Amino acid sequence: MRNLAVAAALLAALVYPLLVPNYLITVGMLIFFIAFLGQSWNVAGGFAGQTSFGHAVFFGVGAYTSTILHVSHGWNPWLAWPVATAMGGLVGAGIAFLSFRAGLRGSYFALITLAFAEVFRIVANSAAFTRGGLGMLIKADSRLENFQFTTPIAPYYLALALCLVSLLIAWWLTRGRFGARLVAIRENEDAARALGIDVFAEKVKVLTLSGAMCAAGGTFYAQKYLYIDPTIAFGIDKSVEMLLVTMVGGAGTIFGPLIGSIVLTAINELTRNAAGVFPALKNVQPLSLVVYGVMLIIIVARLPDGFASLLWRRRHA
Amino acid sequence: MLEVRDLSKAFGGLKAVDQASLDVRTGEIVGLIGPNGAGKTTLFAAIAGFHKPDGGRIVLDGRDITGLAPHQICAAGMVRTFQITQPFARISVRENIMVGAYFRTADRRTATRLAESVAAQVGMTDQLDQPGSDLTVAGRKRLELARALATRPRLLLLDEVMAGLNPTEIGDIVEVIRTVRAGGVTILLIEHVMQAVTSLAERVYVLNQGRMIAEGTPAAIAENPEVVEAYLGHGAAKVLRA
Repeated sequence: MRNLAVAAALLAALVYPLLVPNYLITVGMLIFFIAFLGQSWNVAGGFAGQTSFGHAVFFGVGAYTSTILHVSHGWNPWLAWPVATAMGGLVGAGIAFLSFRAGLRGSYFALITLAFAEVFRIVANSAAFTRGGLGMLIKADSRLENFQFTTPIAPYYLALALCLVSLLIAWWLTRGRFGARLVAIRENEDAARALGIDVFAEKVKVLTLSGAMCAAGGTFYAQKYLYIDPTIAFGIDKSVEMLLVTMVGGAGTIFGPLIGSIVLTAINELTRNAAGVFPALKNVQPLSLVVYGVMLIIIVARLPDGFASLLWRRRHA
Repeated sequence: MLEVRDLSKAFGGLKAVDQASLDVRTGEIVGLIGPNGAGKTTLFAAIAGFHKPDGGRIVLDGRDITGLAPHQICAAGMVRTFQITQPFARISVRENIMVGAYFRTADRRTATRLAESVAAQVGMTDQLDQPGSDLTVAGRKRLELARALATRPRLLLLDEVMAGLNPTEIGDIVEVIRTVRAGGVTILLIEHVMQAVTSLAERVYVLNQGRMIAEGTPAAIAENPEVVEAYLGHGAAKVLRA
């Protein structure tokens, strides 16, 4: 039954861009792309319970690594992509090593990730190799072999593919030993240790995976919009977005980030035009943030397992 | 099998464990008793690698394991349970036990089978699909035991698996512990329920204020004046004898 539903949804996602106008294709691309970023957060924050407030650090490392290789060193962006991904993994491992070696847990870990993202933002803002606050512009050369797009359909399918890969990773986590260990660590770190889990090593591994995924998203963003600057790449907005879609959809579930992304992207697009309809809202910009805030309060208070828990009964309901 | 020699652990100025020694031989059930605050759980935690001892040595099967991390000690074949039960609340009993089982196998099906056979051993077959948070106190105690057993230990450290249980439940878990030992697992247990200690343990160690004050059969221990005074206060032994 569930397999059938997934197959039907996949089919719908595949034919969707052939049937709708360009604007809606781009909305679809955003949904899958943000779901992918959310899933990268979910792997560490949802499954392993290592809540990060600074995931933008990985996003930015990915975006800057590929862009620097491409713009400053003439690499083909497709070749730079895996390097950027690996770089994200490396930074993930590094941050995990430093934080967990120091025994940081819970909110302390969240704060240290936030601090790392800020440090990277400030460095990117002042260093020469990132062109400082000016940001980096990728020269338009709209050919697919150059990782640039002429139609909205190509990035749509690429984002869909990323999202599918991330869903497979999440599915694999629910099925195997690594994922079981992550959940054990999330639920009770001491008990996990007693049962022979090398908690430190598993946490470093999961941050490596999460960082690599997120960095892959950073490169995609840079190639799609052809411009990055320190705030876009390392700003708190990106971190919050990843955390929010996952919390809204359901942290620690396979489809949580996707569901959250659908809900939040829809709100974002709907509220964008609301000021035109209700002139009183003209000074409340962006309105989507207000709705996000209200929604987060409701989710935390009434639906801690996110929207995913409404769609199918969780075992601990 | 297990040799603990002159183990010490202090927190600030407080010597929680002070040069305690004990031995557990293969196939035994050994009890560790003592008044509240005697340092029993600290001693357990130090043996299992949760606290780094300040001094002393721990040898498991001839191998010095002093200062190793819990997962390394688990690999060496010794695992502990917690007095304050620590279930993985939001996953099922089966998945809880599988976390232990995954220590020996990476294969999901093998881990599931191992988890289910351990569940049968401790009498949790009917609760396999319940989330950890829904268990009663007795259920949680069994789950602690089951998860630890699923790592296939040779030596099991049980920290008050009977505290908070009613007499029927205690009777049940005593039986479970007997079958575990019959299955070839050596057991060191902390226990306050004397009836259980007496019926299970061949030998008993008594810890008081961090020091090992007595060792012997349960019957001999109950007669030991120093032990009686540790529990009931100075002079109590004389009063009881009178």
